[in-house]
Amino acid sequence: MLGDSAIKAINLTKRYGPILAVDHINFEVKYGEVFGFLGPNGAGKTTTIKMLTTVTRPTEGTALVGGYDVVKQPAKVREVIGVVPQDFTSDEDLTGWENLMLIAGLYGIPKREAKERAAELLDLVELSHAADRKVETYSGGMRRRLEIAMGLINRPRILFLDEPTLGLDAQTRAAIWSYVFKLKEQLGTTIFVTTHYLEEADQYCDRIAIIDHGRILAIGTPRDLKKTVGGDVVMLQVAGNPEAAVKVLQSIDGLSDVRIVEGFIRFKVNDGSKAAPLIFDVLSKAGIRVTSIAIKEPSMDEVFMEYTGHSLRDEWGSREEVMAMRRIVRTARR
Amino acid sequence: MASNPLHGLWTLTNRELKKWYKAPVVLIVTLIQPIVWLAFFGKSMNMASIFTNGSINIPGLNIPKQIIDQIAQAYLKSTFGTTDYFSFLAASMVTQITFFTAMNSGMSIVWDRRLGVLDKLLTTPVPRGSIIMGKVLNSVLRSLAQATIVLIIATLLGMKFNTSLTPLGFALSIVGVYAALTLLALGFSALYLTLALRSTNWQSQMAIINLLNMPLMFASNSFYPIKMMPWWLRPVAYINPLTYVNDITRGLLLGISAFSIPMDFFYLALFAMIFSTMGIVLSWRFLSEG
Repeated sequence: MLGDSAIKAINLTKRYGPILAVDHINFEVKYGEVFGFLGPNGAGKTTTIKMLTTVTRPTEGTALVGGYDVVKQPAKVREVIGVVPQDFTSDEDLTGWENLMLIAGLYGIPKREAKERAAELLDLVELSHAADRKVETYSGGMRRRLEIAMGLINRPRILFLDEPTLGLDAQTRAAIWSYVFKLKEQLGTTIFVTTHYLEEADQYCDRIAIIDHGRILAIGTPRDLKKTVGGDVVMLQVAGNPEAAVKVLQSIDGLSDVRIVEGFIRFKVNDGSKAAPLIFDVLSKAGIRVTSIAIKEPSMDEVFMEYTGHSLRDEWGSREEVMAMRRIVRTARR
Repeated sequence: MASNPLHGLWTLTNRELKKWYKAPVVLIVTLIQPIVWLAFFGKSMNMASIFTNGSINIPGLNIPKQIIDQIAQAYLKSTFGTTDYFSFLAASMVTQITFFTAMNSGMSIVWDRRLGVLDKLLTTPVPRGSIIMGKVLNSVLRSLAQATIVLIIATLLGMKFNTSLTPLGFALSIVGVYAALTLLALGFSALYLTLALRSTNWQSQMAIINLLNMPLMFASNSFYPIKMMPWWLRPVAYINPLTYVNDITRGLLLGISAFSIPMDFFYLALFAMIFSTMGIVLSWRFLSEG
């Protein structure tokens, strides 16, 4: 029986020793949708994909993928999905063509049909010229594209892409998204994609789930999520103590959610450009000098900050923290 | 889709074989060890010449050389079952190369895990057991090919086969030897792969290989018959599958067997079956993470 949804996670949970990598998450993905999982490194995105693709068993809860239970019917799930993991998985000692034929063989696709599909897919990802070269000679972008072709060889109804654009240049990133779009348009493939690139999530996903510390904080279309931020976001800096300025601003009508975020005073207001002169006025009367101001229409960055209380961009700064976290998780997995 | 599980099995085996015949260096390197044993050790450790070099002279006794030679021959025959120690050793080297090849199969799953290939395989509908058995099968085919090469080299170096064999008898003997080697490779590669199921560390895998390699070789009838061993070592030799394979290769090729060949086969079949089953069953449980 086909369920209504391509993916349905029910209290899906994964614990690695003391770390709750994924914490009782629930969500649904409709057929034909591009569903984005947005969050910083270590938020639980990859762990979620690993559970949905039956590589890792959930500690608790389960998920239905293509109508099949990932815990009870993993073999059924594997037949309807395609997976492009975050790490490279192709066999470096084989050529691109041999890699595709290998995976085709594992799906039991007859040779003749496999050859047709492999040629078609290599064309799609623009690797036909390198088909007979060993994968170890490929560049990062080429390997990523080969991984995508490998994920599509079985014509999956549901395709999982884990950070498909990680570490690629802007041009290749755009190209990969255009392949993803082709799939959705031409084959009606349901696509579950994780990313930590805000613009990508905003631009290409039909719906987005924001995940942080193993929990889903919000789900919706990019437009709806931006709407929930409510009006423009104003960030300003003042000379001297920001606490005093916050107190003054809180007394102004129409301003909401005034708080200090990473040294900036951040608040929301319906129309930022009209409110600005008034704010200057009130603050200078209170003896506070504004040193800088920025008015932003809400972007996914604002949305992310709204729900998680921190900026996703700053996560990039703490690479060491991420690596440390990964080490802990790896050790716990053993 | 994926209705035939054997399809995936052959695809996976073929993947491994492809790497092998595309990189002949690996093949050559693995052949060096048994050849060194054969050519250096086998040709120098010449038991017959130890007794018959004719230079012993015991004062007060005047024994004709002919008698010394006859006594020596009789001793050799009663110890090794033949006066030709080189052939005795060569028959066990065929076993040895199979054993070495099988031991290394555990490494390939460690690499698959480290390089991410395993992650991909686990998301495809191929049965977990096939991932293991594909590697086992690869190792069996490799072993047989290498055993053939060793057998040819041994013959060139002067290995003498049982002269009473008819051409048909010889062909059947070779088939029998291959069957025994297949069972040995099946059992040992399944065992080593099982040990490596969860491992991401190739150093520890190497350590396990080295730990088992020498003791198993010396605690078998590879170099000397079991009756020459101290009493405490004999039980190990009697459970060591290498002993039974050697008994088969010597029995069929040289006509000297210490046990009964059907019993040898029975023991080896049991060994292969137990470890293959263990490998498949444990791979269901332990190949995936957590």
